[in-house]
Amino acid sequence: MSKVGPLVRRFCAPIPWVVRLLTVLCGPLLLAACGSTAQDASATTGSTTSLLRWGGDAEGGAPFVEADPADASTVRGFDVEIATLMAKGLGRTPQFVQVSWPSIEQSVARGDFDVGMSGLEDRPELRARLAVSLPYFEFREVLAVRPADTLRFRTLADLAKRRVATLGSTQAYAMLLEAQKSHGVVPVSYDDDVHPYEDLVSGRVDAVLLDHVVAERALRRTRGFVVQPTALALGHYVAVFAPHQAALRDSADAVLRSGMMDGTLERIFRSWGVWDDAQAQYQQQLITRLADTTANAASAATADRPRTTSPVAYLPALLRAAVITLGISLAAMILAMVAGGAIAAGHVYGGPVTRGVLITYVEVVRGTPVLLQLFVLYYGLSGVIRLPALAAAILGLGLNYAAYESEIYRSALMAIPRAQLEAARTLGLTEWQILRLIRGPQALRTALAPMTNDFVALLKDSSLVSVITVVELTKQTAIYATNVGSWVLPGLLCAAIYLLMSLPLSRLARRLESRWST
Amino acid sequence: MASTETAALTLEQVTLSRDRRPVLRGVDLAVPAGEVWALMGVSGAGKSTVLRAAVALEAFDGGRIQVGDVSLVPGRVPPESQLRALRRRVGMVFQQHALFAHLSALENVTLAPVHTGVATPQAARATALRLLESLGVGHRTDAYPAQLSGGEAQRVAIARALALDPQVLLMDEPTAALDPARRVALTETLRQLAQGGRTLLITTHDLGFARTVADRVAVLSHGVVVECGEAKQVLDSPVHEATKELLKSETSSAAT
Repeated sequence: MSKVGPLVRRFCAPIPWVVRLLTVLCGPLLLAACGSTAQDASATTGSTTSLLRWGGDAEGGAPFVEADPADASTVRGFDVEIATLMAKGLGRTPQFVQVSWPSIEQSVARGDFDVGMSGLEDRPELRARLAVSLPYFEFREVLAVRPADTLRFRTLADLAKRRVATLGSTQAYAMLLEAQKSHGVVPVSYDDDVHPYEDLVSGRVDAVLLDHVVAERALRRTRGFVVQPTALALGHYVAVFAPHQAALRDSADAVLRSGMMDGTLERIFRSWGVWDDAQAQYQQQLITRLADTTANAASAATADRPRTTSPVAYLPALLRAAVITLGISLAAMILAMVAGGAIAAGHVYGGPVTRGVLITYVEVVRGTPVLLQLFVLYYGLSGVIRLPALAAAILGLGLNYAAYESEIYRSALMAIPRAQLEAARTLGLTEWQILRLIRGPQALRTALAPMTNDFVALLKDSSLVSVITVVELTKQTAIYATNVGSWVLPGLLCAAIYLLMSLPLSRLARRLESRWST
Repeated sequence: MASTETAALTLEQVTLSRDRRPVLRGVDLAVPAGEVWALMGVSGAGKSTVLRAAVALEAFDGGRIQVGDVSLVPGRVPPESQLRALRRRVGMVFQQHALFAHLSALENVTLAPVHTGVATPQAARATALRLLESLGVGHRTDAYPAQLSGGEAQRVAIARALALDPQVLLMDEPTAALDPARRVALTETLRQLAQGGRTLLITTHDLGFARTVADRVAVLSHGVVVECGEAKQVLDSPVHEATKELLKSETSSAAT
């Protein structure tokens, strides 16, 4: 799970997420850059084997990994200390590599660093593609609810037809998807762990399911909810290595094991406030089990859930998500066309004040990221007006694209020869008739090609609304990709669906254009 | 010259400036009903501006313009709602024809009669077909402006202006883009219009055309009418220097 640290205040939360999203989208490139930087650094300090490069996400925050308030260039947290312990046990020097949380697994597989750690959840499919360490920490999936609901909502079965929030691509999200089938729970996925709890307090969701470490952290930051004591499931944090690094993994496991036995791990977890009786019990059991069998017992420690990896199984979900993408895009485009037309008309026909207001709107909207606008609309204004996510998505994208549409329409209106407009006036047509019968229709033809371009762009930009909890095509693909542990097939499927939606449109536009060009 | 009372179009001491540069410096003109007038002058003399002011496309600074019983006064161009009577009375054919690019020839002609409530769609269509036929472009009704030749486009533009049956027709440089054969045909068309009782004011610097089509010629120079009289008299025995200049340039260009 990705975690936003308690130090990150609410209003500045969006900015790191903008960066994070960009990191995810440009993943491979940035990672390559990241990796090469790390390699360059190691090359100058000596041989790479004397270093243990470990990747984590400082944006996840305490108690996992956070920037040290005393020295922001260094990191601290229990994962940091475990990495240090591991490096020391291996006779190496630890070197931290910042990597965005969703990319840790892919990045370690590519060899960007030796080991990845940042509250990574143990999952069977993780073991299928990476070398995975001992499950060094056991967490409990717990429900957070509003105080009034303490007695009502104790299990997922109590939450039929209720919106339950969590982080996307986590064990908790998988649990919610199953609860959706079995109990009719409505899963709401977030990209961070601050907003689920705030939306719980404000009533946008009825419960949050996340691990107890995150829940307790949220409790210190946000008031107005309680954490149910019962664990709905157990899970484990692990460190991950590239598949061919099994030997390194085994050595690291030996270090972890001795750390468990001599109490080093306990000391680390205690210092970060995450040690309790249950943890003590778990570690004791694990040590006993490891003594019993020399084989890697980790898979036994994680409850196996049945999982399908056939693409056919994911296709219905992808198609549903595609419908959402198309619906949002169409609604936003209609809004953009209406508002853009009004802005353009106001600009062409209005007085200097109207024009000034409209120019300001267009410049502000075009000059700021749509992602920021979505955040402000959904989270920033939630004190004034609490928009449902879908409405905020349509409104945000629609008003953003209205600015671009208005410029297209304005220049298309201006492109109609003045003589035609004057001829129309001498024929006794009113300004409104001239706009409706002569200027508008011709401008529409000029604007059609750029409008189609914009719609195709909007179709793709609609993937941004996942940051305000709407699961559309790209988000669904990311969830799918995390499940199967590869972007290849999900990526191709997702691309194919996007193309199926955009290509007919471009063709239609070209046909209309050629018909009108006579 | 006919008196102001019987004139279809009168300009009295009309002044007009653009960006503080005077374009018209006191234009006097009185075109009697049913006559064909040519407004001549070198480029930049203000010929087109006279037409634009007369159809209220451009505001003027001083003087008075009278079209039938409609008066235009200096100051801002009045809103279209106050120009209904003027629009019914005066039609204009632009130099570049200014046809509506997205409409067929027929639709160009029927648009205004239908949408200004002058005619029903059926009646407008019948009128348009008759006009296009009489102007020799009856076979081009479904063509779009981009598909028309210069001469065809001009005749569609004339039909568009005539569809509202205006008493006064203003034409800006109608021969500019025409070959000699088309020029003769246009002369015929305009003569017929005049015989139908319409008043025509045509800007041109084409002497031959003016000689064959116009009853009278007014010569504009530096924003003032410097000479005005029967076409033959003005063009054969010019008095004013500007007219002589105009004739000279035309002769020399005809000689080359």
